[in-house]
Amino acid sequence: MKPFDYTAPSTIADAVSLLSQHNGEARVLAGGTDILVQLREGLREAGIVIDVKKIAELRALDCCSTSGLTLGASTPCAEIYGNADVCTAYPALTDAARIIGGWQIQSRASIGGNLCNASPAADSIPALIALNAVALVAGPNGQREIPVADFCTAPGRNALAAGELLVCLQFPAPSAKSSSAYQRFIPRNEMDIAVVGVGSWLQLDESGQTILSARVALGAVAPTPVFAAEASDWLAGKPATEDTYRQAGELARKSASPISDMRGTAEYRVHLVGVLTQRTLAKAVQRAVAQRAAG
Amino acid sequence: MTKKVQVSATVNGETVDFLCEPWQSLLDVLREELHLTGAKEGCNNGNCGACSVLLDGAPVNSCLVLAVEAEGAEITTVEGIAQNGQLHPLQQCFLEGAALQCGICTPGFLVTAKALLDQNPNPTEEQIRFELAGNLCRCTGYDKIIKAVLAAAKNLQEAN
Ligand SMILES: Cc1cc2nc3c(=O)[nH]c(=O)nc-3n(C[C@H](O)[C@H](O)[C@H](O)COP(=O)(O)OP(=O)(O)OC[C@H]3O[C@@H](n4cnc5c(N)ncnc54)[C@H](O)[C@@H]3O)c2cc1C
Ligand code: FES
Ligand code: FES
Repeated sequence: MKPFDYTAPSTIADAVSLLSQHNGEARVLAGGTDILVQLREGLREAGIVIDVKKIAELRALDCCSTSGLTLGASTPCAEIYGNADVCTAYPALTDAARIIGGWQIQSRASIGGNLCNASPAADSIPALIALNAVALVAGPNGQREIPVADFCTAPGRNALAAGELLVCLQFPAPSAKSSSAYQRFIPRNEMDIAVVGVGSWLQLDESGQTILSARVALGAVAPTPVFAAEASDWLAGKPATEDTYRQAGELARKSASPISDMRGTAEYRVHLVGVLTQRTLAKAVQRAVAQRAAG
Repeated sequence: MTKKVQVSATVNGETVDFLCEPWQSLLDVLREELHLTGAKEGCNNGNCGACSVLLDGAPVNSCLVLAVEAEGAEITTVEGIAQNGQLHPLQQCFLEGAALQCGICTPGFLVTAKALLDQNPNPTEEQIRFELAGNLCRCTGYDKIIKAVLAAAKNLQEAN
């Protein structure tokens, strides 16, 4: 690896001023599972690496039934799916956290890092979009919010301006009779990059028979993860049946504009969007109903 | 220019101080400075798990940890798994079950499997396969490894 300096500030203010001071040559380090590989392979360079794991706000995992979830940008995946409240309230998030790499990766890899790295195939991002998460960002001019659906701008590029740091992700409090799911397709059982990933969230009515609203998001089918607006809008008011999930899958396919590569052809990816949309909707309904029975 | 950093950590139960470059990996320091050569460099990019160690109890790929990040941490390598000259039941079962051939992957499997049994003393075959998915083996075909972990879990439970 090319030489670089290392520092581990303990406050957001210090991290932001370090980023400004070393403008252009500083790299943020969370779990390091993307950035250390990229630095070692020479894909990126750094004069200084700023480890943000000692900043309390970036290690948050506060799950509250009224105010929602605040997830620190550098909180590792294993901690997230190890939290029973988060698994119950935000299962699409924990579905994704549980399959990012193997256990060794999950002990370190963060959702903030997964989002900032902005891979089109990043597993957490469709889940974050489906769950309507908002990114809280700190920079030289104070703090601002960016909806996760607008965070990635191109492969490997995000909406952070120079000197900005992702602090946390904020998730709305879970509404009654709502749930979510994330699934991806890979040719093996574990440890592979998604050919397609789909995250779905939905809320059912009192009776559990009708979908009140839904959000479907797709990964690995466009330069950035995308919100499937047409399918999501159409689902509102539809009965919670297999036929509805299948039709939503048909609509979600229209939001996919994939390329063909070694992982799969464009045609195959579009097909997978339909299948995974159908399955994640069914899973989310099953979970919402189970929660209703339990609660 | 960067300068060397002094790091103080606990490695296999002993306090250890070392000097490292800020860009050096923990794997590099374990092997080259501390002469703990159990953790292996397979891929150096997080895919093979041969460099697995426990960092504050959690299995990590030491090739993807900076040595400077180990400040104040507790690290367990494969060298720290045997206690008082007694092989850990996992090590015993790997030997008895011929769960290794070339052996390059073995330290990583032992460390991750130990973390698994510490957390879940009675895992199913499926759970073992899932949690060990970050450890690759080019020789055994995995079956003997999985069987050795199941056997070690059984031995540990019978001993308790
Ligand atoms: C073997 C292996 C398997 C993998 N498998 C998967 C997989 O199945 N699915 C998947 O989606 N990914 C996978 N990945 C990629 C990687 O593990 C994930 O993207 C991970 O979530 C990155 O998080 P991190 O904390 O390690 O990020 P880091 O590597 O620390 O950072 C990633 C990027 O984000 C920036 N960054 C991090 N935090 C912040 C912040 N707070 N503010 C601003 N910028 C920030 C960094 O500068 C860097 O550019 C895998 C990687 C490896 C090595
Ligand atoms: S050498 Fe670290 S994972 Fe392969
Ligand atoms: S025994 Fe040779 S790689 Fe596993």
